[in-house]
Amino acid sequence: MAVIETVDIARIYGKGDISIRALDGVSLTIEQGEFVAIMGPSGSGKSTLMNILGCLDRPSEGAYILEDLDVSEMSRSELARIRNERIGFIFQSYNLLKKATALKNVVAPLLYARNHKRSKQEMEVKAREVLVAVGLEDRIEHVPTELSGGQQQRVAVARALVNDPAFVLADEPTGNLDSRSGEEIMALLHTLHESGRTIVMVTHDSAIAAHTERTVHLLDGKVEKIVQNGSAHGEKQIIEVQHESA
Amino acid sequence: MNLREFIGLAWESISGNKLRSLLTMLGIIIGVASVIIMIGISAGTEAAIEEQITGLGSNLVYINQNFSRGGPAAFQPGGGGGGLVYDDAFAIADNISGVEAVVVEQPSSETVKVGNVNLDGVTILGSTADFPSVRDMEIVQGRYFTQQEVDRKQKVAVLGSGLAQELFGDENPIGQTVTVDTTKLTVIGTFEERGLVSGIDFDSQLYAPITVVFQKFTPAQFARFLGDRVRQIIVEVESPEVLEGTIEQINLLLARLHDVNLDAADFSVTTQQDIIQTQEATTEAFRSLLAWVAGVSLIVGGIGIMNIMLVSVSERTREIGIRQSIGAAPNDIRWQFLTEAVVLSLVGGVLGVIVGVGGSMIFGAVSDMQTVVVASSIILAFTSAAAVGIFFGFYPANRASQLDPIEALRHE
Repeated sequence: MAVIETVDIARIYGKGDISIRALDGVSLTIEQGEFVAIMGPSGSGKSTLMNILGCLDRPSEGAYILEDLDVSEMSRSELARIRNERIGFIFQSYNLLKKATALKNVVAPLLYARNHKRSKQEMEVKAREVLVAVGLEDRIEHVPTELSGGQQQRVAVARALVNDPAFVLADEPTGNLDSRSGEEIMALLHTLHESGRTIVMVTHDSAIAAHTERTVHLLDGKVEKIVQNGSAHGEKQIIEVQHESA
Repeated sequence: MNLREFIGLAWESISGNKLRSLLTMLGIIIGVASVIIMIGISAGTEAAIEEQITGLGSNLVYINQNFSRGGPAAFQPGGGGGGLVYDDAFAIADNISGVEAVVVEQPSSETVKVGNVNLDGVTILGSTADFPSVRDMEIVQGRYFTQQEVDRKQKVAVLGSGLAQELFGDENPIGQTVTVDTTKLTVIGTFEERGLVSGIDFDSQLYAPITVVFQKFTPAQFARFLGDRVRQIIVEVESPEVLEGTIEQINLLLARLHDVNLDAADFSVTTQQDIIQTQEATTEAFRSLLAWVAGVSLIVGGIGIMNIMLVSVSERTREIGIRQSIGAAPNDIRWQFLTEAVVLSLVGGVLGVIVGVGGSMIFGAVSDMQTVVVASSIILAFTSAAAVGIFFGFYPANRASQLDPIEALRHE
């Protein structure tokens, strides 16, 4: 079953002659349980695509089907609910709430959950569970400034998972980390993948992208190629090339 | 998120930045405290005035010299707008039904001497025999003088309690002689302590027959022709029901005696009710002025809150972006900041109530003014603080809710 399906989506900034097509006819399908990287140089449209996949933005054209829902025409409030229930964000700069403890950071998405309201105790039990799962059992009451970069990113991973999302969207998750912490985070993402999570990772680093099953290469707002990362043989296989159409 | 969670979030943010929150609330604190103190002062003043006026005695009609007309300029032998005279009082007492008592008062300031004790500037209040009943004064020792003694210009005196104490100490003053200016008066009685009424200290005065005061202390130049001028005649009527009719009769009688038209009279007749109403109108005006001042300070306080909330929204843009990314809808963000503004105002309101109530009490204790903490003023102040929070918190909150999540996340 496809978790993400984009049909010919475009994102156009500005109007008329000075309009810029940051994304131009991107069709992409990501199946349940896949670990996919989106790569491309700056200006290739990967941030724009990430914003749309993350429901922070809407496509100007085309359709974006998330699981069973067409989210391309949704209101801001409806998109907020989709982000809350179906998407787990991991950012390069962690983006934790500065004054809140690890526990409160992980509880936060549960507070914004719309229909299945849990009690405060239930929320904290759930959040602790996830924090333990990412290996932070002894850092639960620490605020971000008391945590290392790697630990902060683990809190972010826990926060991304706490609402049991349809997929995890990671934006350069190792970009601010030293190589050892970076490897730890990648190992954590692998564990998540093995347990059946769908993960979409945006990166400009091909070494990081090589951790995934497939890499979607973007160039000038279009899908340049999709590479199957044969992890067993270390060889890459180009499975699809989007044809120039305009 | 439910309201309790929003309040918790607001409280964390407010208590996380105590000094700034306190400074932000200062406007509201001052506004609310001034509402309570000002209403307290005006209510206290009003209560004091009412107490004093009703303390003057009941069912009283005051006939005053009308200074804008009459007076010496209108001097004509045989009447014609010459103002109130002593004999008018007797005319009223003799001719008008429903009159219980009539009192004429004539004050004079003199030196009073007893043995070695020498007091300057003592008020000698000349009056007639009905004075104690009209003014609600109780004799504690001896007696008050009779109308006969007044008519015969007997040199007798009744002392206020404070004056008696000052002149004679613990000695019995009855039968003793006091020297007023150069006139010797025999003390025949003392009054019970009365205190300050309408700003007059009845305890420090010396009471003598009005005829003695006219003759010895305030001789009028034309008294021989015009009679002794008086400033005020006080008439006590039998009951409130006959008040209207009595006033009517007094007006007609005096107009006839003075040979004037009622619409150009040289006297005016007022009742206690008139005086209370005038005072109430004055305090009412005072109170609404204070309400405006307090209202303005609340608005200034509200603008302070709006200002800080706007700063807070722009400082916390990143936080807003993070919250949006994990699922906060525009409404959640709006509620978060609105709750913060309202909680800020309400905490300011509570502190303002504390300062206001405390301030009223301290003010009442250290100054001569009486203050009353009016319960409704606390409610008024508190609800206006909440209203200010909602009104001035809405714009910043709305602005926060409209932030674009992508922009907000990129914000440093």
